[in-house]
Amino acid sequence: MTGRKRILERAVKELRDGMCVNLGIGMPTLIANMIPEDVDVMLQSENGLLGIGAYPKDIEVDPDLINAGKETVTAKAGASYFDSAESFSMIRGGHIDLAILGGMEVAENGDLANWMIPGKMVKGMGGAMDLVQGAKRIVVIMDHVNKHGESKVKKACTLPLTGQGVVHCLITDLAVFHFSESGMELVELQKGVTLDEVKAKTEADFVVSETLSVNN
Amino acid sequence: MGKVLSSLDEVIQQIEDGATIVVGGFGLCGIPEKLITSLRDKGVKDLTIVSNNCGVDDWGLGLLLENKQIKKMVASYVGENKLFEQQFLSGELEVELVPQGTLAERLRAGGAGIPAFYTATGVGTEVAKGKEHKEFDGKTYIMEKGIVGDFAFVKAWKADPFGNLVYRKTARNFNPVVATAGKVTIAEVEEIVGIGELNPDEVHTSGVYVQKVFVGENYEKRIERLTTANA
Repeated sequence: MTGRKRILERAVKELRDGMCVNLGIGMPTLIANMIPEDVDVMLQSENGLLGIGAYPKDIEVDPDLINAGKETVTAKAGASYFDSAESFSMIRGGHIDLAILGGMEVAENGDLANWMIPGKMVKGMGGAMDLVQGAKRIVVIMDHVNKHGESKVKKACTLPLTGQGVVHCLITDLAVFHFSESGMELVELQKGVTLDEVKAKTEADFVVSETLSVNN
Repeated sequence: MGKVLSSLDEVIQQIEDGATIVVGGFGLCGIPEKLITSLRDKGVKDLTIVSNNCGVDDWGLGLLLENKQIKKMVASYVGENKLFEQQFLSGELEVELVPQGTLAERLRAGGAGIPAFYTATGVGTEVAKGKEHKEFDGKTYIMEKGIVGDFAFVKAWKADPFGNLVYRKTARNFNPVVATAGKVTIAEVEEIVGIGELNPDEVHTSGVYVQKVFVGENYEKRIERLTTANA
């Protein structure tokens, strides 16, 4: 199984029946196609749709119906449309149960950087800064190390922040961490990964949960 | 009531160099295509444009970039546009990146006569620099100001002659808040119906916000990322 698939399959387990969930652009969007049939969730798209459906068949394609990644989508039964101010009232007002976002760096205090690389990338934060402040629970999914093998799980973020102390849960290809007032805790190892490997590839300080488990 | 225009020329002629224009749309969805191309054709310069995105290189607000008409862009996400990056990195273009929810709320506030508001969005980030911080119930917030444009460009699906507007699906996006936040709001629509033909319960934007209505033809409605179930 690839690292990405491990991350996504673990992330799907964060969804609970009845939740309203925002999936970030990029890797998190892929979770939409992996949700088990017995888990009924309403996916929110911050451009103004609660209840994202499947990708459309050719004949269903409608340029007036897209998700936040600007992909053509459909609306599922029970969906609603609204404007951008209302969309972010839902988000900022704490009405969205869960947001799953991509990350560039996560720090041991729960800081997240995922919107900008100075001098390299000028794209903008989109809705990420609103989501990390407003959604009830923030799960970040990302590779544990970058392409040079350096840890993306840091003592302190080096990139401009998206939010301070906002991450509740981090899922990587190696492990799952939870964040609380008392710091960062390793709660699960991905299958086939050892504690020593996680320690070696993590710059951040963390404690190991007494109930450390393996994600199968 | 004389809100319905037969051509956009008259209203575009009122827009002068240096104007601030708030523009609806998300990506290329629900953008006021006709107003943008008319403004490109008029060629006014030094514009401040407030819109969630800046189009793509050859469509939407990207047309104004290509023509070097934009002095300052206020947006939340501009990653689809190489021209944008070039003009920004060369210093030709001033950019204010605003979190998407803060941008929507700044427009809503501007249109609602609220000069500023507090939000937690952006606290502890570059967005918070230079802004007033205030604590409410132990949590820190920053002050963000409302936005009002000299003109607002809106795209809706249907209008009546009073300027009541109905949007379609996610083409609604920023359009209703943009409609409230212009000193002069111009709505372009696909269809105009008679007074009384829109169900008052289903009007999204009241005509009170709308000064001019124009019916466009042959909407391109370009799709940015065609994704289908068969793909």
